[in-house]
Amino acid sequence: MAKHVVAPVAEIPPGGRKVVEAAGKRIVVFNLEGEFFALLDRCPHQGGPLSGGILCGLTQSEEPGSYRFSRAGEFIRCPWHQWEFDIRTGKSWFDPRRTKVRPFPAGVEEGATLVEGPYQAETVSVRVEEAYVVVEA
Amino acid sequence: MTTAAIDCDLHPGVPGVAALLPYMDEHWRHSLVERGIEVLESASYPPNAPSTVRRDWRGAKGGAPSTVAEVQSQALDRWGAAAGILNPLFPVQLPFSRDMSAAMARAVNDWVRAEWLDRDARLRASILLPNGVEEAVAEIERLAPDTRFVQGMVLCMAEIPLGRREWWPVHAALERHGLPLGIHAGSAWRHPPTSVGWPSWHVEEYASNSFGFQASLASLVTEGVFQKYPGLKVVLIESGVSWLPAFLWRLTKSWKGVRFEIPWIDRAPAEIVRDHVRMTIRPFDAPEDADTVRRLLDHLRSDEMLLWATDWPHAHFEGDATVPPGFPEGLLPKIMVDNPRATYARLREGGSA
Repeated sequence: MAKHVVAPVAEIPPGGRKVVEAAGKRIVVFNLEGEFFALLDRCPHQGGPLSGGILCGLTQSEEPGSYRFSRAGEFIRCPWHQWEFDIRTGKSWFDPRRTKVRPFPAGVEEGATLVEGPYQAETVSVRVEEAYVVVEA
Repeated sequence: MTTAAIDCDLHPGVPGVAALLPYMDEHWRHSLVERGIEVLESASYPPNAPSTVRRDWRGAKGGAPSTVAEVQSQALDRWGAAAGILNPLFPVQLPFSRDMSAAMARAVNDWVRAEWLDRDARLRASILLPNGVEEAVAEIERLAPDTRFVQGMVLCMAEIPLGRREWWPVHAALERHGLPLGIHAGSAWRHPPTSVGWPSWHVEEYASNSFGFQASLASLVTEGVFQKYPGLKVVLIESGVSWLPAFLWRLTKSWKGVRFEIPWIDRAPAEIVRDHVRMTIRPFDAPEDADTVRRLLDHLRSDEMLLWATDWPHAHFEGDATVPPGFPEGLLPKIMVDNPRATYARLREGGSA
């Protein structure tokens, strides 16, 4: 897998998302309070674009009538059938073992490092004074 | 047929209110006579409808069989079953008075006990539950010590959906005593039997029972009854079978998208139903060829859900064809013996008064 520079950090603010192309794949990159995560932008169910879905949190329960809400904004729901996927892992909530969307490692690199390193920046021009989101795909 | 077979749906016919009077307290005994309430019939089972009683099982005046001698000669002795479960359909659900509903349920249950259970050791019975939740719990507590009562029974179209929390004291009592909740076809006639209004014809109403079963099942599952009462089993009686796989498919598929609404449901509804719900096989509602039946059984994804039942004296078959045509022979020991025994804890333990 190669590392791809996909966007300046400032372009994907916390809670934001961006669809990018890397290694010929459509990938959606999320910013969860400064941490970046990347998923294939294709629902494993019928191929819906996850990037078009709404963000939600995790609702769990101890027993009927109790609601425990956590991890606001850390799940993406496919816009076609509303299946929930954990942005951190790509796993669906209802069947995490068998139904999951492919995750890609994502991180932040400084422009100064990138101009020297073995990175592919097909569409993003890199400036030394900026930081960039890098996806391995 | 194996001699260990258990017939999970037999209907003892109450010949009229007069038969119940000896089992009522003074108030009801006198009051029902004064009011002239001599019969109580639900539109679910019109007395002369051919399906209500098989022709060769009707009494001298064409009525439903109402004695233990008839269940013996027409069903138990004839087919050689080891045990049979009586599900009384006298419509105690019809009175709007909760007190009258409860008085009638008590009388029917005591009539069943004295005139059927005491007269044939092979017989077991459902506790017929009245409309009111408190009265239903009281009836369970009153009769549970007699282990010949093996389940509690309600109708699939009652006053409110069966999973709602108002009903939970009943589910709790049933679970505590090892009694499944039996849900039988039929309506208390509080609501139209279809969700679009009143049907015009008996055939519409008869077919609409499957909607009542689906709604009851969806309510029990989504309200989390099986999470709250993991030991509770539910038996759908006279429900038909073939509608279940398609219904479970839709319920499970939709759940994947809106499961956050009912977060206590943490696995597929179809799996929950397969673990907790059983169905009697008459009516079966399927074509008669073995290939189609096999495919239908594949769709159930379980060989533990079906319970053998003749639904005596309702008319589903001629002669002694107690098993639906095309049903695989190899499954008979399961549905006739193993599944009923796994479902009804009290059958395993052997019942006594």
